[in-house]
Amino acid sequence: MELIISKYNYWVYIILMMIGFYAMIGKRNLVKKLVGMNIFQTAIILYFVSTGAKRGATIPIVEHGHGEVAHAIQAAHYVNPLPHVLMLTAIVVMVSTFGVALAIIIMLYRRYNTLEEDEILELRK
Amino acid sequence: MTLPFPILIIIVPLITAFFIPIVGWWRRGLCYPLVIVALSVSVVSSIAILHMVGEQGTIRYYLGSWDPPWGIEYVIDHLNAFMAVIVSAISLLVAISSKRSVERELPQKIVYFYCLFLLQVTGLLGIVVTGDMFNLYVFLEIASLAGYALIAIGEDGAPFASFNYMIYGTIGACFYLLSVGYLYVVTGSLNMADLSTILPRLYHSKVVLMAFAFFIVGVGLKMALFPLHVWLPDAYTYAPSAVSALVAPLMTKVGAYVLIRIIFTVFKPSFSVAVIPATTILSWVAIIAILFGCILALGQTDLKRMLAYVLIAEVGYIALGVGLANKAGLTGAILHILNDALMMACLFLVVGAILYKVGLRNVHQFRYLHRKMPITMAAFTITALSVIGIPPTCGFFSKWYLVLGAISAGRWLFTAILLLSSLLNAILFFRVIENVYFEPADAHHGGGHEEISIDEAPLSMLIPILIVTAGILSLGILSGKIISSIIEFAVPPGL
Repeated sequence: MELIISKYNYWVYIILMMIGFYAMIGKRNLVKKLVGMNIFQTAIILYFVSTGAKRGATIPIVEHGHGEVAHAIQAAHYVNPLPHVLMLTAIVVMVSTFGVALAIIIMLYRRYNTLEEDEILELRK
Repeated sequence: MTLPFPILIIIVPLITAFFIPIVGWWRRGLCYPLVIVALSVSVVSSIAILHMVGEQGTIRYYLGSWDPPWGIEYVIDHLNAFMAVIVSAISLLVAISSKRSVERELPQKIVYFYCLFLLQVTGLLGIVVTGDMFNLYVFLEIASLAGYALIAIGEDGAPFASFNYMIYGTIGACFYLLSVGYLYVVTGSLNMADLSTILPRLYHSKVVLMAFAFFIVGVGLKMALFPLHVWLPDAYTYAPSAVSALVAPLMTKVGAYVLIRIIFTVFKPSFSVAVIPATTILSWVAIIAILFGCILALGQTDLKRMLAYVLIAEVGYIALGVGLANKAGLTGAILHILNDALMMACLFLVVGAILYKVGLRNVHQFRYLHRKMPITMAAFTITALSVIGIPPTCGFFSKWYLVLGAISAGRWLFTAILLLSSLLNAILFFRVIENVYFEPADAHHGGGHEEISIDEAPLSMLIPILIVTAGILSLGILSGKIISSIIEFAVPPGL
């Protein structure tokens, strides 16, 4: 129980990731697969963001950092900005994947008039 | 002072990719020469780098002058430089040969085709030169996204194949990203060199184990290692022929490079071999991949699809060399990356030339093709001999090292299967060659022996095919020199 409550952010991301994973593999509708893909990627972003967060910490800007630094900087007072910055890039990648996927789905719909995987496979025979 | 070559390799194709839509909007005919110029710059700088690495050892380039581990660094050692030369040279040759087939197959989309082509090459080159785990993820996705789009513009089944590829590819990339996250959480670093010094203290941590597992599965999906290969045959069969010739030799090889980097550089052999039996499992998977690829290829009549299954087997060879985890095995794997890139490029270029000239893909319809396209079919035959592993060609030497590696690892079953797979490859390719060269017996009795005039592929296709074929023949003879001057240094010490 302790394990679940103290690490709840990780549990949330694992559950979300599994939902997305199931939708990508198990669903037969292409749009549902795509939604699954989005949930899957968002779960990973959530994981990264939660690793950088700290309770009671502030943004990592050191005031009066120039000149004489009077006090030692305590890392515990600041959130870790790096995972968040990484996720900006990952979000860009995610959005562009989504864009390419939607473009392909439009192509598929124009050609087969359906987005059900089974029906497309049937038509392709 | 660091010379700017490492960044030139990537930045020139990247910037040109953005200029191509603008230039193409003004003059469509300028796209092709622009691509050739950009890729030539990449080839020249990667060869210069290979030369520099040979003289002064590893080159490091700090982006924006931020020192690692905070900034992103590009690290180029022997393996990176070797891969960069392979990727840039093959993509230049494919670009040269793509002119006519793109004009025929995608007349409306030439501009965007070349834009995506360059982005794909940028991604592949970026994966090869970067020394940062997250940067590698970004380049992996650039290459993959360009690849999805390029495959989707192919013939009838292409969009569906591309969608499937995208689902699998995204799972692979996300697994990779997740394991980068795991490693970051326990080490606080994203730099490969930094990670490899921090990680040994954490080898028994469960997080590191999970990260390693996700890495292998993620990269395995990208390089189409056997149980994760399902997307490959459809995607590479339906893609336009110029695209197949680009992605088939390069994407899987770059995946193999990432695998070698992770198993032997980021994690030390003491982890991947000793702590968990990862390499043993990998070698068993690879052996199944070889058999599976060869046997399924036997059942195909479409030449392009047959080559896609051969490619799965070839990925198996490389993974086997990595999995053997001894000096001869890894030498064989690295040499096979080069040889297989050449062989697959040549085979897919030949398929492109045949499709362009006669529009045939079914192996059984290839009769008399040797009279129509003698040079192309001669190149095909030489490459086929190389895939089988006949001595003067380069394919023999990498298989030789793989067999040596299997013997020195004491795995006689693997040796037997390597030899068996050569036999299967022989059956596979002689079936095609027989259809091309040997005429049916009744043709001689039927009286009218119809004359078939020579109708070769256009020069822009023929020259790359001939260059690659010459490479296959000469690199076989030069392979001793390649091993002693490059691969010797690329194999990690202590194996």
